[in-house]
Amino acid sequence: MSRSEMVRIERHLNRRKVADFLFAMVGLLCLLFALLTLLALMYDLARTGVPRLSLDFLASFPSRFADRSGILSAWVGTLCVMAVTAVAVIPVGVAAGVYLEEYAPKNALTAIIELNIINLAAIPSITFGLMALGLFVYEFGFGQSILTAGLTLGLLVLPIVIVTTREAIRAIPNTIREAAYAVGASKWQVVQHHIVPYSAGGILTGIIISLSRAIGETAPLITIGALTFIAFLPTPPVSGDAPYVSFQWLMDPFTVMPIQMFNWVSRPQPEFHVNAAATGVILLAMTLVMNGAAIYIRYRFRKRVKW
Amino acid sequence: MGIDQELKMTRPLSVQKTVSFTSAKHPARRLRRLREAVIESLLLLAAGSSVFVTLAIVFILVSESLPFFKHVPILEFLTGREWTPMFSDPKFGILPLVAGTFLTTGIALLLAIPMGTIAAVFLSEYMPARAREVVKPALELLAAVPTVVYGFFALLFVTPLLQKALPDLAGFNVLSAGLVIGVMIIPYVSSLSEDAMRAVPSHLREASYAVGATRFQTSFRVVIPAGFSGLTSAYVLGISRAVGETMVVAIAAGMQPNLTINPTEPAATITAFIVQVSLGDLPHGSIGYQSIYVAGLTLLSLTLAFNLIGFALRRKFREAY
Repeated sequence: MSRSEMVRIERHLNRRKVADFLFAMVGLLCLLFALLTLLALMYDLARTGVPRLSLDFLASFPSRFADRSGILSAWVGTLCVMAVTAVAVIPVGVAAGVYLEEYAPKNALTAIIELNIINLAAIPSITFGLMALGLFVYEFGFGQSILTAGLTLGLLVLPIVIVTTREAIRAIPNTIREAAYAVGASKWQVVQHHIVPYSAGGILTGIIISLSRAIGETAPLITIGALTFIAFLPTPPVSGDAPYVSFQWLMDPFTVMPIQMFNWVSRPQPEFHVNAAATGVILLAMTLVMNGAAIYIRYRFRKRVKW
Repeated sequence: MGIDQELKMTRPLSVQKTVSFTSAKHPARRLRRLREAVIESLLLLAAGSSVFVTLAIVFILVSESLPFFKHVPILEFLTGREWTPMFSDPKFGILPLVAGTFLTTGIALLLAIPMGTIAAVFLSEYMPARAREVVKPALELLAAVPTVVYGFFALLFVTPLLQKALPDLAGFNVLSAGLVIGVMIIPYVSSLSEDAMRAVPSHLREASYAVGATRFQTSFRVVIPAGFSGLTSAYVLGISRAVGETMVVAIAAGMQPNLTINPTEPAATITAFIVQVSLGDLPHGSIGYQSIYVAGLTLLSLTLAFNLIGFALRRKFREAY
């Protein structure tokens, strides 16, 4: 090999190494850009919103005056809607996940269900709201109530619960099932005593993630006609008089935190933007805490369980 | 056999009296079979509920839209250049809303697809596993932020920032909404792309390194082509999210239908229109009520079209190892 050829090859090698290094830098910049945007978002929200946070803000109803407004009806509404969502989505989602992993035969019906769950993730959330408006509000006559909202969000996050349940169950080795069957357990006994308890960590992660998604959803609830100005609380579920327990709150009109925030951010006055930012701080803190908890639970279970 | 014995039987490890279970006619055994069958059908019902959701969405959207086309000819709907359903002289041409949707989606994708893909390559091919375990969940937090918070960010942070560079930028504009949606869908693109790249078998990489390729060359000439069908899924999910995104455009892009390709102007998307109409009081069955279902049906069809294209691409580029 002549000297000039050596030089050429070396130059070529160097160019490739430089390209490799430059790309690594670009990759790092892309990651940094995304993460810094997240930080900028949090910082901007906190800078505007945190000074407005106070007990008064949590204990007041919305008002025409920005400085007297609060999010009492909004956070109570969010809690009520989340309760309905959780009650609706947890049993159905976990049962569906268990069925698809443990029971489902390999046939066309199963294939359709699986394909459908994947595709549900791509359906825009606002179409769930349109469906709920036609079906729950008018067809079933639930009205523009907490019940309608909770069910709508439940259907929206159902695929998340199903998919995470399935992933958690899939991680359980077959030896566990075989051992249980060997001592005479029925299919349901295997599920009840082994499959569900051992996958509880993964299932819980999925439930928390799905609720954190539901808590921030705005569009479908606007579509079903959630009000933006609510200056009263839902009927209390317990009362001093017989029959002591009341489910009237399910049928009450409501607002939730993201809708309250949307209402305030859509107004031209900057004082209302401050209220929106304060609501956003609480909303963001809730979703981040829930996501953090989910990551922590996943990590704990992965460390503890060694098959 | 009493009920207490039956209860005992359900505990797999409890010691049981020697009762003959072998006969299928044994009442306890029949009960157990019946219970198993009931439970299995309940579970099947739960799994089928997801299909019910899809059917309900399609059925409601179609059935509530049909009366609309008695008032408005389909051709006028598809080709009309004005969308003013709430005016006294209503015009029902969907083009301005579709244009607004494509414009925001286009801007979002111009940001999210290159950045998401590059970030995925970096995560999958360059980053050590331990750092990836931290960075990937952090990146996924971007997808956890409520969209209404993104709307606030677009209107009150990104737009003023962009106005420093582009003084002509309107207070409500498509550009900042599109950019913010782009950031929002980066994690969808990068997370799924990274999964696809890591699913590429390592012997392909090793072969590439063995003949002297750099990581850069390996990533773009071996890993990306091999995982391309997975990348397509990631892109299609990103597109679906961008097309269906509502709050960011409703807050930051203004809500006037505007047939334009100029991203510095305000415009409305299909989703923003649905929100705008839903905020008012809508009589059930009015033309305004029907118009949001027609808009929703258009949105669903667009999403479906993108997913079918993605499906076809995936089949075309599928590589099996």
